[in-house]
Amino acid sequence: MKKVLETKHVHKYFRKPVLFHVLKDINIDVKKGEFVSIMGKSGCGKSTLLYILSTMDTDYEGELFLNEELITGQNNDVLSYIRNKHIGFVFQFHYLLSEFSVLENVMLPAKKLAEKSLEEIEYDAMQKLKILEIDKLAQKRASRISGGEKQRVAIARALINNPAIILGDEPTGNLDSYNSDNVFEIFKQLSIDQGLSLLVVTHDIDFADRTDRIIEMSDGEILY
Amino acid sequence: MTNWKVILNIAKTHLLTKFKQTSTAALGVTFGIGAYITLVCFMTGLNKMLDDLILDQTPHIHVYNEIEPSKQQPVDLYEEFKNSFKVVHSIKPKLSQSKIHNALPIIKYLNEDKNVRGAIPQVKSQIFYIAGSIELGGNLTGIIPLEEARLFNFQNYIIKGSTTDLHKNDNGILLGAGVAKKMSLDVGDRVQISTIDGEIFPLKIVGLFQSGIADIDNIQSFTNLKTVQRILGESDNYITDINVKLHDMSSAFQMSQDIEKQFKLKAIDVETANAQFQTGMTIRNMITYAVSITLLIVAGFGIYNILNMLIYEKMNDIAILKATGFSGKDVQMIFMSQALIIGIVGGVLGLIIGYGLANYINTLPFETEALPTIKTLPVNLNPMFFIIGISFALISTFFAGYLPSKKAKKIDPVRIIRGQ
Ligand SMILES: Nc1ncnc2c1ncn2[C@@H]1O[C@H](COP(=O)(O)OP(=O)(O)OP(=O)(O)O)[C@@H](O)[C@H]1O
Ligand SMILES: [Mg+2]
Repeated sequence: MKKVLETKHVHKYFRKPVLFHVLKDINIDVKKGEFVSIMGKSGCGKSTLLYILSTMDTDYEGELFLNEELITGQNNDVLSYIRNKHIGFVFQFHYLLSEFSVLENVMLPAKKLAEKSLEEIEYDAMQKLKILEIDKLAQKRASRISGGEKQRVAIARALINNPAIILGDEPTGNLDSYNSDNVFEIFKQLSIDQGLSLLVVTHDIDFADRTDRIIEMSDGEILY
Repeated sequence: MTNWKVILNIAKTHLLTKFKQTSTAALGVTFGIGAYITLVCFMTGLNKMLDDLILDQTPHIHVYNEIEPSKQQPVDLYEEFKNSFKVVHSIKPKLSQSKIHNALPIIKYLNEDKNVRGAIPQVKSQIFYIAGSIELGGNLTGIIPLEEARLFNFQNYIIKGSTTDLHKNDNGILLGAGVAKKMSLDVGDRVQISTIDGEIFPLKIVGLFQSGIADIDNIQSFTNLKTVQRILGESDNYITDINVKLHDMSSAFQMSQDIEKQFKLKAIDVETANAQFQTGMTIRNMITYAVSITLLIVAGFGIYNILNMLIYEKMNDIAILKATGFSGKDVQMIFMSQALIIGIVGGVLGLIIGYGLANYINTLPFETEALPTIKTLPVNLNPMFFIIGISFALISTFFAGYLPSKKAKKIDPVRIIRGQ
């Protein structure tokens, strides 16, 4: 099976305030269509790892591959394009442009990619919002919706460009069990139907148990 | 690849949500540009008016015959003393007339030159005005009235009567306003002219003229060329001065040099004659630009501040944009375009306000003895100023926006995302 994402001997240090070896020899991979969760104690380095995988953090040692191509060392413009087209990121805290409407927030990455017409983009965005059951909020300002709703808007935005992989940092952290189940089902469906790969950090053991595989982290190391 | 539609849309949204601050910044630019346009239109209007006053009535080249000692004394011609040291005492100018020898062929020759708009003759003479028992020294100049009007805007200085009135009347005279006042004469009256030899001619006053320079208006009068020649008892090839107007004023100096060499006459170009006048013009221009640039620098700091603040407030947005695939350059462009939008809107408003103010100034009454044809304050609405103005606005906002937008480009999204 093709590997969508892979790391080889990734190390990361924080130099301030004291030298701190956060990530130690990380070797993981996510195959196409696979739904993987990462678990571990708070502070063990899960978010740090995810930022490296998302290509936003380039200050690390080791190698990162996307679709079996080396990404490490690429220039910033290339990395931006990769993030735009191939990676959907859902943050630990919902991050939306507060002055834009829900619909515009979802459409923005697709407008940047500019592979489709505006009508198509708007149609796609409405589809994603419908899947997440927030299509009624489309015209609302992003600053005027609830925390759980914001998180679902962020998921819709991560899906808009049909990326190769979704990286989620506790994407269901703010959701009640009904919506959490719903998001899990959507993720599962996408990975089966469209071969979408997912790598999701979660503290929810029930959520993790239902994924294809669990990566256990402790103090910056992969346990299994 | 930059997707301008998206970038401009984001820039627009940012600006609209911070409407108060951005409009303050734009108003700063408006003030700067508005002041520039108003000042520059008014100042150059003044310059142009003075220009017209002095340069339009001054010929570009004035040709005359100066009475001066010969440059080559007879002893220089004497072959035997060629290498010796010569001392000549009490050099006196040779007795010669102020008449230009061969004036008519020279005028014809000059008029054939492509760069010459016109070369016209004058006869200058010294006379006395006599009215009753008053006798007043003065100058009477013979002119071709219609040509003077065509080339030197002579009609602008006639406050009563016209050039055609003079043209039609062989015994007419255009009396200087100062002369007329001193002798209590007016149009329709007669004035007696006495030559230096004592001959007296009666002339009819067909008009009054006022140049604005009292020293001239108190002594100078004009009549037809032929009339003066008749009064002086000279033939019609008696001409003392030739005034030349060129198409391109900048070649005046060169041409005056050529004329001097070719015809052995004195030829003075307009710039040599009015050197100090140019200095005043330069200083007025300097003041205009110094004030405008100061205002624009202040406006530039305003924009710089607003953008810095905006970027600080929009850290989150910047991080999200970068996380979802906008490059550092895109983010920089978003803030650059905000600066330029402020510059364009502020600048265009400034142009409009400047245009309005300049037009308003143009309606303010301004009447002075010295400038008989001017009724309101002069302005010069040169389109070039508006182009310079908007370029000014764009360049200053570009610099004001550059540093803050560069900062936005460098913001590390991970730090912001962690920070929350
Ligand atoms: N900028 C930084 N400088 C120094 N140390 C940092 C920095 N950011 C994070 N750390 C440290 O790195 C470690 C890993 O942080 P990280 O955010 O990856 O944890 P996490 O596994 O995501 O925890 P949580 O489950 O609470 O989100 C923590 O001990 C944290 O204190
Ligand atoms: Mg975390």
